[in-house]
Amino acid sequence: MIEKGYMRSRYLIDRSSRMLLLVCAFLSLVILAAIAVYTFRAALPAIREVGLWHFLFGEVWRPSDTPGEGRYGILPMIVGSVVVTAGALILAVPLGIGCAILLAEVAPQRVRQFLRPAVELLVGIPSVVYGLVGLVIVVPLVRRIEGPGLSVAAGIIVLAVMILPTIVSISEDSIRAVPKSHREGALALGATHWQTIWRVLLPGARSGIVASVVLAMGRAIGEAMAMIMVLGNAAVIPSSLFSPASTLAGTIAAEAPEASGVQRSALFAMSVVLFLLIIVINGVALIIMRRGSRAQGVC
Amino acid sequence: MTVKPSRGWILLALAGVLGLSLVLVGCGKQLSGSVTEGGSTTVQPLAQALADAFQLKHPDVAITIAGGGTAAGITGANDGTLDIGAASRDLKSGEPALVTHLLAKDGIGIITNPGNAVPGLTKAQVVSIFSGAITNWQDVGGVNHTIDVFVRESGSGTRTAFQDLVMGSENITSSALQQTSSGAIKQAVAGDHNAIGFESLAYVDSSIKALAIDGVAATEANAKDGIYPIVRPLYFLTKEQPTGLVKDFIDFCQSTEGQQIVAENGYIAVK
Repeated sequence: MIEKGYMRSRYLIDRSSRMLLLVCAFLSLVILAAIAVYTFRAALPAIREVGLWHFLFGEVWRPSDTPGEGRYGILPMIVGSVVVTAGALILAVPLGIGCAILLAEVAPQRVRQFLRPAVELLVGIPSVVYGLVGLVIVVPLVRRIEGPGLSVAAGIIVLAVMILPTIVSISEDSIRAVPKSHREGALALGATHWQTIWRVLLPGARSGIVASVVLAMGRAIGEAMAMIMVLGNAAVIPSSLFSPASTLAGTIAAEAPEASGVQRSALFAMSVVLFLLIIVINGVALIIMRRGSRAQGVC
Repeated sequence: MTVKPSRGWILLALAGVLGLSLVLVGCGKQLSGSVTEGGSTTVQPLAQALADAFQLKHPDVAITIAGGGTAAGITGANDGTLDIGAASRDLKSGEPALVTHLLAKDGIGIITNPGNAVPGLTKAQVVSIFSGAITNWQDVGGVNHTIDVFVRESGSGTRTAFQDLVMGSENITSSALQQTSSGAIKQAVAGDHNAIGFESLAYVDSSIKALAIDGVAATEANAKDGIYPIVRPLYFLTKEQPTGLVKDFIDFCQSTEGQQIVAENGYIAVK
């Protein structure tokens, strides 16, 4: 009897916790769907008023309270986001992969024990702190070279530092995940340590490294706070590294609190563009990671 | 034997205290409750100073002061999330019809870095600089260097007031650098020798310089006398005619005592 009651209560707990988890999973989906639906609906009036072509490829962003007077072209922000993100990747990818190789292969255990947590700590620093440091240190340095300092160059440097830890930690993990037999096989065949790294380990870890870069790209393109602080937020297509620019995420964050009417809707439309960009980037990351794990499974 | 009179004294004293407190309660209204104010970041420091003084007089009152910008102040007062909204400009025809309470006036200074040798500009020159027609300090009597134009984000009350009072129908150049608060503008101009921006005169201190406009120095006295050309009103907004605690607070702000605080904080008293 006791045994039976015990079994029944165990069964009940099992069932109810399964239900609870299902509800949790379902709820997160509902929230995501609700955000998407709301954002798209709020974006519609602006698209209708401005026209999709003029919205995406218009070069003038000049919101106005007077109906019919505002200009809502977001090309400067799209260019700004892409340029700053690309620049940050150009700086951060070689540095990050180099650092990952050092941590995984070259550095002695003691150095690694110190460096690895330090890099992981960098991931957790809030972006506003990066922005502040950029504003106080990077911006005056850039100003010494040319222009007002608040510029594409400052944005690229700050963003590169921000995404570096993401690249380092994920790349290091994937280099370590290359089966030991590959490394030992290469060394046994007479390859030097460097040849092993370059010809065996990096190709083996390729999918993980690419995934780290794509994830970093996602973080970079969505960054708002730090970019508002160091980029200057001028709604123009930047003509040089030293001219100011603005990004999609930065403009949304800067103007949303005081926006109304068409401008508000246009900011939502901007969010939709950002949303789609990030979905594409994350989708690419997912495909690459899945392909990578399948390839490793075959080995 | 000495005990009896002393007990009598104590009773008398107690009765006195009781009576006095009754009188006090009867005289001054014992205010309590809470008020939420928010909106224009130009009004924010002033509203905070006024709220502090009011709460010092009425310890049971809690007044919350928030920022958010003029647009947020208008929306909040209209939909009831704020008891009082703050605006740093006149309301426009398309906006909700709210009850306005003139709180103070505020001059807008055209500011530069203290290291900039240009002493003043004409209003026309200011328009040319902010519209992007003049891009070099040399053209207005300064050094040969590009002008870094700093503005507030669109929707800011200070920007709207600057647009209406100075720019008129001219557009602010889109290559202007945008900052999202009065404090950020001040910091940016203080750190950049070639910068120009606009800022509430109440925010001006030794870290930045307010230029003379059309030969009139940008001082509070000149703004008060109406000689300085760029002056705008600051309002508290309520949905209906205020009652209760909200009315008491607004009355206090508009009283002689409140207006003295307005002047002490660098704004122009209106009474």
